[in-house]
Amino acid sequence: MNFIKTIVAAGLVAASTSAFAADITGAGATFPFPVYSKWADAYKKETGNGLNYQSIGSGAGIKQILAKTVTFGATDAPLKAEALEKDGLVQWPMVMGAIVPVVNLEGIKSGELVLSGEVLGDIYLGKIKKWDDPAIANLNPKLKLPTDAITVVRRSDGSGTTFNFTDYLSKSNAEWKAKVGLGTAVEWPTGVGAKGNEGVAGNIGQTKNAIGYVEYAYAKQNKLTYAAMVNKAGKTVQPTVASFQAAAANADWEKAPGYYVILTDQPGETSWPITAATFILMHKSATDKAASQEAIKFFKWSFEKGGKMAEDLDYIPMPDSVVKLIEKTWTAEIKS
Amino acid sequence: MAVQSDVMEAAGPYDRARALSAFKLGDVTFYWLTRACAISVLLILGGIILSLIVGAWPAIREYGFSFLFTSRWAPSADPPVLGALGPIYGTLITSVIAMMIAIPVGIGIAIFLTEICPIWLRRPIGLAVELLAGIPSIIYGMWGFFVLGPFLANSFQPFMISIFDGVPVLGTIFAGPPSYLSLFNAALILAIMVLPFITSISVDVFKTVPPVLKEAAYGVGCTTWEVVRNVVIPYTRVGVIGGVMLALGRALGETMAVTFIIGNSFKISSSIFAPGTTISAAIASEFAESDGLHQSGLILLGLLLFVLTFFVLSAARLMLMRLEKKAGN
Repeated sequence: MNFIKTIVAAGLVAASTSAFAADITGAGATFPFPVYSKWADAYKKETGNGLNYQSIGSGAGIKQILAKTVTFGATDAPLKAEALEKDGLVQWPMVMGAIVPVVNLEGIKSGELVLSGEVLGDIYLGKIKKWDDPAIANLNPKLKLPTDAITVVRRSDGSGTTFNFTDYLSKSNAEWKAKVGLGTAVEWPTGVGAKGNEGVAGNIGQTKNAIGYVEYAYAKQNKLTYAAMVNKAGKTVQPTVASFQAAAANADWEKAPGYYVILTDQPGETSWPITAATFILMHKSATDKAASQEAIKFFKWSFEKGGKMAEDLDYIPMPDSVVKLIEKTWTAEIKS
Repeated sequence: MAVQSDVMEAAGPYDRARALSAFKLGDVTFYWLTRACAISVLLILGGIILSLIVGAWPAIREYGFSFLFTSRWAPSADPPVLGALGPIYGTLITSVIAMMIAIPVGIGIAIFLTEICPIWLRRPIGLAVELLAGIPSIIYGMWGFFVLGPFLANSFQPFMISIFDGVPVLGTIFAGPPSYLSLFNAALILAIMVLPFITSISVDVFKTVPPVLKEAAYGVGCTTWEVVRNVVIPYTRVGVIGGVMLALGRALGETMAVTFIIGNSFKISSSIFAPGTTISAAIASEFAESDGLHQSGLILLGLLLFVLTFFVLSAARLMLMRLEKKAGN
């Protein structure tokens, strides 16, 4: 009997609840993770409120916000207006960035190798197998390319980066569009899969004669060799903030319901062809309205003060006019 | 103050019925408690199988048996086409290669440790093998990715490819180009990972061989090889096979290390130097981003792995039982 009494007594120990304000929680895309974490650091220093952002991938972010386990979800592949309406979500673009092809080729420096969407598509289709293929050589008459086989690296997980990359390949390579198409995870005809932007970056850094695609910040942080691209206007452009901005300037946010805008393959002589926006998803009427308001405060602060920090990491801040639109959306749609 | 009153009761007049009922209650509680523990294992197992089947049901209904024989994996196609042949192939091939490497090496180490090794060297080697088992699989993955992969791709793979170039069958198995991430690399890492299972179990069972048997064999002039071949191994094969099956079970299900180095490609390639995928690696890399039929397909993959492992372990049990019977006769 003592035994039972002891168990009961032990069971009576009650857990006390803490009175600390919870951090803002969010989950989703890995593409904007570097800039979100930088903003979060600065925001915490200024206000004392932290942000807990898990870069688990766009699709997982959408799932988490639908399951209401996080205050906001983040995705690179925007949801269509109907989907937003169905689940009572609000969507807006938070920051823009660019995807760059990265290579590991001996003796070739960043920006020296030039690729086009057509050639990139053929490499990812497995049609161009060697670096000295005439199609690549034509774009790079001055470079001496090895006769080695190309190791194609792509994402193994579903990803918004893949969505934008395959969207670009579909626009610029007809065979890609017919055979593979676009999506967060596609049926890759060739190559090895790596998990996350950081996985692809790690693979490219390791593997000689490899090619992959990553968000620009990952290429820069890992000191990877990126390639220049031929854009829609037929001009060769380098991945710079200026060329990303040129592409972003084309976007017509006002007319897009749910801010559904894809920024790949934009016209303009200086536009970087694989530019993308990344989006935030929140519930219109969240269960925890206080948490929602805290999150909005963070986003508002980021729009106001985060522009410089974003540019330091080579992201493109949203233009002021768009920020005004977004703020109107907040007051109109998110219930406090 | 329950404790005191109980002590006083015990010290008081002898109440036989009461004391017995207290014992009985304790006994019954203990019986049911242990029984509940045992049953809970079955319940958990049943629950896992059930939830896997429920989760996999949409995919089962959609694809049926063709799921097993389709090599195309296209979750983004409309409608999605999912076939498990690639992951099944990768799982089996990596496990088989891993066992081909790990069994001779593992048993070799065990024989050396128990029969040949000088006493002073026994502890360091035994400890090293056991430490191998303690390394988390992610560390194996990283080591495989950063060290072993580049090493194999720059030395071993080109060597094998050039040797077997043009040879029928072997030429296609060892076909180029060399790759940092491949089925073979994953199999080699798996072999290192399962080595401790085979070695430590073999050492334990080798120690059970009665010294008199071995001494008798040595006495009639047997060499160490003959003693091992004709006395130690036949006496212990049941245990050794058990260890091998345990290792195989681990190799089939290993996830993290394999995901790092196998290349995660659903294409089936005849070359073992080409990237591939395994069931567990496919689930690990795709599950977070999956939904609908795709997710259901991944759960079905999980169910397949479950069944596969179940069959391997049952086959092991069956073999062990038959061997035991044979040994008994």
